[in-house]
Amino acid sequence: MKIGVLALQGAFREHAALLRRCGAEPSEIRLPEELAGVDGLVVPGGESTTMWKLIVLYGFEKPLLDLAGMDIPFFGTCAGAILLAGRHNDSETEALGIIDISVSRNAYGRQIDSRETNITLSFSPQEPFNALFIRAPVIDETGPDVTVLARYRGKPVLVRQDTVLAATFHPELTEDERIHRYFLGMCTAAAISRTRAVPAPCPSFSHSVIP
Amino acid sequence: MEKFGTLPIKTGLAEMLKGGVIMDVTSPEQAKIAEEAGAVSVMALERVPADIRAQGGVARMTDPEIIERIISNVSIPVMAKVRIGHFVEAQILEAMGIDYIDESEVLTPADEHYHIDKWKFKVPFVCGATNLGEALRRLGEGAAMLRTKGEAGTGNVIEAVRHMRTINDEISRLASLPEEELMTAAKELGAPYELVRLVARDKKLPVVNFSAGGIATPADAALMMQLGADGVFVGSGIFKSQNPAKRAGAIVQAVTHYNDPEILARISKSLGDAMPGLEISTLDQKDLLQSRGN
Repeated sequence: MKIGVLALQGAFREHAALLRRCGAEPSEIRLPEELAGVDGLVVPGGESTTMWKLIVLYGFEKPLLDLAGMDIPFFGTCAGAILLAGRHNDSETEALGIIDISVSRNAYGRQIDSRETNITLSFSPQEPFNALFIRAPVIDETGPDVTVLARYRGKPVLVRQDTVLAATFHPELTEDERIHRYFLGMCTAAAISRTRAVPAPCPSFSHSVIP
Repeated sequence: MEKFGTLPIKTGLAEMLKGGVIMDVTSPEQAKIAEEAGAVSVMALERVPADIRAQGGVARMTDPEIIERIISNVSIPVMAKVRIGHFVEAQILEAMGIDYIDESEVLTPADEHYHIDKWKFKVPFVCGATNLGEALRRLGEGAAMLRTKGEAGTGNVIEAVRHMRTINDEISRLASLPEEELMTAAKELGAPYELVRLVARDKKLPVVNFSAGGIATPADAALMMQLGADGVFVGSGIFKSQNPAKRAGAIVQAVTHYNDPEILARISKSLGDAMPGLEISTLDQKDLLQSRGN
């Protein structure tokens, strides 16, 4: 399974390494044409202002929205979650808006307020998950179609709406594979439902018919 | 239960800065220009290294009022420099909520023997290094991020290249040694044994390592990325150039697309004049910043 990792800036190598450990085939994405053929896309942590500038400058906006429209799963962590969110508490932040949540940037405070703590994942509650919140955003509100998969201090920190997954912390900085495996499960399910939706024969044959 | 200021939290912020450009700024207005150009962080300081070099005198931590105004003017993380060994300047910056402290050779050292005990702080530190021994000593003192020193304020990338290549070579050498030679290697490097073993095993530094000191063009930035830097600091190179906003934006793109010469060619066009550079061999040995605090 080919999973794109947006490699404009931030912790993309860590996501790629964790995905590889889970058996997926990660692919670093720096230009929109490299999105072709991915079964899922990770938008990593980093600086959301920097990443958004590069998204706009290199014409990623429409290709990313098209990808989301094709039900290719997205997974955003921290800055990545900010970039997927539909609403922001400050008017300056621009984003893709593919998940119905509202977020506040740097809402825990500055770096000295960054923290690690144990949270419980609703799909794997037996063992706690060590979550690293680094200058993390806070999800203030979630829309009616959003499922909360984990909370910290009562606020959602891991949420899902259909094919979009967003975390305000950094599972890629730990050894724990559970959230990445959950995302790969979403990618597999989406790939299966895409093949069902396409009428036989497989469309790729139409390009390779030998005259 | 929550834990603050742990090593993963300190090194984690550096991980988020990777593939990015950290820009020296001396005012809230410059900080805004840097943020809009796509900087991942800004370094607040009183004078850029080129001016420190030209004007001389004691270079100290920036006026807290300016730092405060910079912090409130941007949403990206803000770093600031303290003098080597000046732990009270560091205490002040921590109290102000700075996001990262650079214990920097660019400022006039406050202690000629000892660096700051950085384990005592919740705020993370970045330190400069010219070789692997120096890098591992700083980690031993509690730094959570490294940068190669280069020679700040010269606009000349040769020292940055030398330091990056030196560290890479020393890592390769360690990785090739049998286990029983590592203690002697640690002695020769003057570095903590456990860190030497870690580097030998992983064949890389255990924290993020940026390049700094002399980067003036998008090509310089891409060069350092291809040599293995995780990101770059640009000091005088931006606000001592003719068109800071444009050059800053081009260097940001160069750090992302460092392996794509066609993009590098396009973004390097018509940036105006780069900062005037200095030939290192014309500098007196005593004026080299890189030999401070090794």
